[in-house]
Amino acid sequence: MTEKVLKKGNEVIALGAIHCGCDGYFGYPITPQSEIMETLMEEKPWETTGMVVLQAESEIASINMVHGGACCGKKVMTSSSSPGMSLMCEGLSYLAGSELPCVLVNVVRGGPGLGTIQPSQGDYFQAVKGGGHGDYRVIVLAPFSAQEMYDFVWLGFDLAFKYRTPVLILTDGMIGQMMEKVELRPQKPRLSDQEVAELYGSWATTGKPTTRQENIITSLALEARVHEALNQKLQAKYRVIEESEVRFETLQCEDADYILVAYGSMARICESAVELARSQGIKLGLLRPITLFPFPVKEIERMIPQLKGIMSVELSTGQMVEDIRLAVSGKVPVTFYGRLGGVIPTPQEVLDAFKTNYMK
Amino acid sequence: MKEEIIIAGFGGQGVLSMGKILAYSGIMQDQEVTWMPSYGPEMRGGTANVTVVISDKRISSPIVNAYDTAIILNQQSLNKFEPMVKPGGLLIYDPNGITRHPVRKDITIYSIEAVEEAAKLGNAKAYNMIVLGAFLKLKQIVKMENVIKGLKKSIPERHHHLIPMNEQAIEVGMGAAKEIHQV
Amino acid sequence: MDIKDIIKPENIVYQKTKVLTNKVMHYCPGCSHGTVHKLIAEVIDEMDIQDKTIGITPVGCAVFGYNYMHIDWQQAAHGRAPALATATKRLYPDKYVFTYQGDGDLASIGTAEIMHACNRGENIVVIFINNAIYGMTGGQMAPTTLIGMVTSTTPYGRQVDLNGYPLKITELIAQLEGTCYVTRQSVQTAVAARKTKKAIRKAFENSNQKKGTSFIEVVSSCNSGWKVSPVQANEWMEENMFPVYPLGDIKDR
Repeated sequence: MTEKVLKKGNEVIALGAIHCGCDGYFGYPITPQSEIMETLMEEKPWETTGMVVLQAESEIASINMVHGGACCGKKVMTSSSSPGMSLMCEGLSYLAGSELPCVLVNVVRGGPGLGTIQPSQGDYFQAVKGGGHGDYRVIVLAPFSAQEMYDFVWLGFDLAFKYRTPVLILTDGMIGQMMEKVELRPQKPRLSDQEVAELYGSWATTGKPTTRQENIITSLALEARVHEALNQKLQAKYRVIEESEVRFETLQCEDADYILVAYGSMARICESAVELARSQGIKLGLLRPITLFPFPVKEIERMIPQLKGIMSVELSTGQMVEDIRLAVSGKVPVTFYGRLGGVIPTPQEVLDAFKTNYMK
Repeated sequence: MKEEIIIAGFGGQGVLSMGKILAYSGIMQDQEVTWMPSYGPEMRGGTANVTVVISDKRISSPIVNAYDTAIILNQQSLNKFEPMVKPGGLLIYDPNGITRHPVRKDITIYSIEAVEEAAKLGNAKAYNMIVLGAFLKLKQIVKMENVIKGLKKSIPERHHHLIPMNEQAIEVGMGAAKEIHQV
Repeated sequence: MDIKDIIKPENIVYQKTKVLTNKVMHYCPGCSHGTVHKLIAEVIDEMDIQDKTIGITPVGCAVFGYNYMHIDWQQAAHGRAPALATATKRLYPDKYVFTYQGDGDLASIGTAEIMHACNRGENIVVIFINNAIYGMTGGQMAPTTLIGMVTSTTPYGRQVDLNGYPLKITELIAQLEGTCYVTRQSVQTAVAARKTKKAIRKAFENSNQKKGTSFIEVVSSCNSGWKVSPVQANEWMEENMFPVYPLGDIKDR
């Protein structure tokens, strides 16, 4: 039996974690995502599933607690918002370099610096290009509803363990603070060490039994060729992810002359803008990337012949638009419309911007 | 059916919880809903508002161009949201503390003396339910039985003994809405 | 009688613990790390907890600690080992979790993590190697570098007005309610090493009794970084380090 509730996106991140059998959450308060840890503390999962929930002394400690928990092969996660995410990027690089699974949530606010607590998509580059030092990527999921916030915690852990890589849920204050109807799934039990080993291999630091060699989890490789091989292995994994894990949604694209490309909160606004445009006879469609890494490059390439123009709509000064331009490779005009500071454009404003760019 | 509503007033007037009860009532009758608040420090004693959308179909944008209904509980919110009501739409406001009253002629306007009615009930906390009652009287988009179900879902169980009081306040509000201007 | 007749179990008076690997250590001759590694391995062996022990190495000379013991290891970012240990121990309350950290890792960049892990009373063991210098990066000033001590970043000696004072972090740690056992030891003599081993054993025993954090500082020598011979390093340590970092238990409850 599924249960339907009215909850904030942030709240169902917490419920999703508990229900999918997460073993540990480690976090530090920051607006606009504090409801995640607050909900976990309220729910007291340690009394039911045995999940550990701990308020750390900083975002740095949080991500490194995730590092420790992930080394143990446990389903562990943290959440933060932009300034905190910056602090976590060192740890994220270690997690990626050590090939460790985990789920992170960035409920993005405006930057740079302390910025604003209002919604933003200004952390796109940080999320999809790595964020920390070195050649690595993380799988980036961009939910556009409270339901997806819930579902992507489940999906995130599945992908994280399948590929032994961090998965980042990139969302913002709008999706985090908004309440919607969410269908909750039945509780899934936490996995035992043995079950983890059977499903994903026995690589974790569970304590060395006499039956196997010691497991050493490190990202260090001082020997040049060893380090090169380690990086090639990571890159090969990313190529597989690019082949297999692209997720997107299209709306009214079949006959579209033009498309908007938008993710997360902006995709919601753009959906209405497309409806508005269609009511005026404009053949506008919407491509909503659900995975930002891997980016739906092939889908954009596929649509190029039918398109007269693309407009990227973001709560930033133009970040995803660069990936669209790379995919389009100059074959179709690509323009951009973005707002900042927590100013969320109305569907009408998006349509007006589109008309300014293409209908003059 | 799709109803786009803004509820706006001071923090502490119960704006957000009124919106939550309304949204939950929608879920109880199997509709799609979104509840999109303003958030942040402005909530602490300043203005608070929430956009609630209730629809039979999937809701695209939770942020809308214009509203079917505006429920307005202070002057700043009236100034800000009166122009954003769709022509032919509905504006409900509490005249308490309002010095510049609504002026539009292309929308229906009702007042609800909720501060006064709450005082009569001897329960200041009933304020937002009285306002909700006025709305439910004028826009019958959710059934009363579903509002009660929504209340039960929105209020923590330890406060469920207060539900009859809330129900009474809604009924008071239904009887107290006063027509100012009808289109 | 040939050698085969001599090598018999009944004739063995000493052998390397099976918890230590056969890898040749990368540490400089005279370094204290190898001795402390051996003592930890012996304690793990004697307590028969090899299958229940998880170690966390720092960034610094001991980063490669994971090459020398047959146990599961995690390698942390600089200073963050206590955070990894916190999660590991909370997820595995019945296992033995220890961090192994140097003075730069624990007392400089990782000050926040060690303070808060100890303050929460995480049931872990912390082994803190204090040799008053950054060994791995080539002999720079550490938070525990003595006043007047020459390093590559204090070529004229550490000056109070410029660099502040040697950080007595172990005394600070002892003030925290979360710690149950805080001690300062050394390994430059057989007697000192035996005392340190006893302390390590006690710390590991504490960690499954829900008593809080056990913290062992080992005042150590770094003859390469100090640019003296191993023997001179030990003498210099006794003469100069011990007055600032006096040995003995600071807290035991």
